Amino acid sequence: MDLSEHLFRRESGRLVAALTRIFGVHNLALAEDVVQDAFCRALEVWKVRGVPENPSAWLITTAKNRALDVLRRERTARTFAPELGRLLETEWTIAPAVDEAFADSTIRDEQLRMTFSCCHPRLPEETQVALILNILCGFGANEIAGAFLTGRAAIEKRISRGKKALASSKRLFDLTDAEFSPRLSAVRRALYLLFNEGYHGASRESAVRTELCHEALRLTALLSEHSSAAGPETNALGALMCLHAARLAARLDQAGDLSPFLDQDRSRWDRQLIVRGLGLLERSAAGRELTAYHLEAAIAAGHASASSVDQTDWKLIVGLYDQLMTIAPSPVVALNRAVAIAQRDGAERGIEELDAIADRERLKSYPFYPAAIGELELRRGHPEAARAHFAAALPLARNPAERRFLEKRVRACQTTLQDTQAPLE
Amino acid sequence: MSEFVYLFRASEADQREAMGTPERAQRSMQAWLAWMRELEAKGHLKDRGQPLDRAGHVVRGKTKAISDGPYVEVKDIVLGFIVVEAPDLEQASELSMGYPMLEGGGTVEVRPVMKMNF
Repeated sequence: MDLSEHLFRRESGRLVAALTRIFGVHNLALAEDVVQDAFCRALEVWKVRGVPENPSAWLITTAKNRALDVLRRERTARTFAPELGRLLETEWTIAPAVDEAFADSTIRDEQLRMTFSCCHPRLPEETQVALILNILCGFGANEIAGAFLTGRAAIEKRISRGKKALASSKRLFDLTDAEFSPRLSAVRRALYLLFNEGYHGASRESAVRTELCHEALRLTALLSEHSSAAGPETNALGALMCLHAARLAARLDQAGDLSPFLDQDRSRWDRQLIVRGLGLLERSAAGRELTAYHLEAAIAAGHASASSVDQTDWKLIVGLYDQLMTIAPSPVVALNRAVAIAQRDGAERGIEELDAIADRERLKSYPFYPAAIGELELRRGHPEAARAHFAAALPLARNPAERRFLEKRVRACQTTLQDTQAPLE
Repeated sequence: MSEFVYLFRASEADQREAMGTPERAQRSMQAWLAWMRELEAKGHLKDRGQPLDRAGHVVRGKTKAISDGPYVEVKDIVLGFIVVEAPDLEQASELSMGYPMLEGGGTVEVRPVMKMNF
């Protein structure tokens, strides 16, 4: 049997969750050691005997046996999970207690508790996201640093600080805690940031970024499976992730270059994810509250339901952006709103809106602000001005794909310029 | 054709380096499986060997003293072995260069199986 993609990464998060259930969160490092040990054993055995039919079950059995070894050996020297207490003390109960920790439903609950623990209000949001990626998604510091364009040392520091905070708590977050609801908001926010890092992030590797989006989707689905974490706002978050993730593949054209949203080949959008997203969006309408997640999902649904740019209901989209600007204003939202207005009312109006963005100072390192102006200038027949804006965007490019895209736009302006300046026959 | 045993050795640090994060574990495993497949496809793989547990005993000397090991005393431990067929020692060594743990600092000992001519 072949090794399935990301097998170890997927299993790492599940095994750590089960082992933390047994050892307690203060022994997180021990849980991680046991997982690493199970991986080493897998390598030794699988390379000789081949990958087993059910590699996940093989790893679970190995981790269970190691956990039992550790429990028996260190029973007197260490304290383990307070939740299991005496169950780990006698041979009568130790094996069933370990089995129970590795049951699918326990692993799901423990992953959820771990996610909630990672989103402790004392930890900065960037640390929360790094911890989730490391513990629950199995990304190493190197990969996280690559995805965030941050140095490895900085990420390592973030992770080790976060883990220290986790290990100093007596137990993982209790899902019946009074703080559940505010913590749930923090969790949704962290997953939203994680998704955005994948979707808009600056990493040059689109494969890495796609993985981040899928991990955010997976963890949001985990929230939806739990009765108290599910609900309209969680569904809205899931909807916006599905509807955006559906467009991931179409964001690069056949040559591997960035394909701007308006030019995307919509036949490459993932229909399955769109259907799932629209279903979630429908269910998200059950509550009374209209959140930013609802609006972002509704905007994405407006695009997903249109077969082309011309078929899009731009009036509806602009209206949704107006609402989004009242409850969650940001310069990037204002930028997107201006682009939608240009679609509805023409390039001229779009440029006015872009010029009028209140805190556009904050967009000064964002290449797509000058690029948006350039696009609209080109559309209204000012290739010279357009070229200047694209040229200004160029040094802001954060990766080779963005750079190539902007260079292409500069060239397009030049071609238009030459065509218009050519003497009339 | 002659037979050769590949003895794989690595320190615990090398192993950690190779398997330290899930993505690295994935890459190491893929490299191993690909290497074994290649040896097999070219008809060099005589015996896939046996995986060896790291925890064991070392029995030593006249007193037959038993100690836990072997990792306590030695830097490199034997991780396992396979048996390959190759025309000569040079080519057997050449083939061993695909051993994935070499990248992480491990070693492979290439030892000819003695021919018995009765």
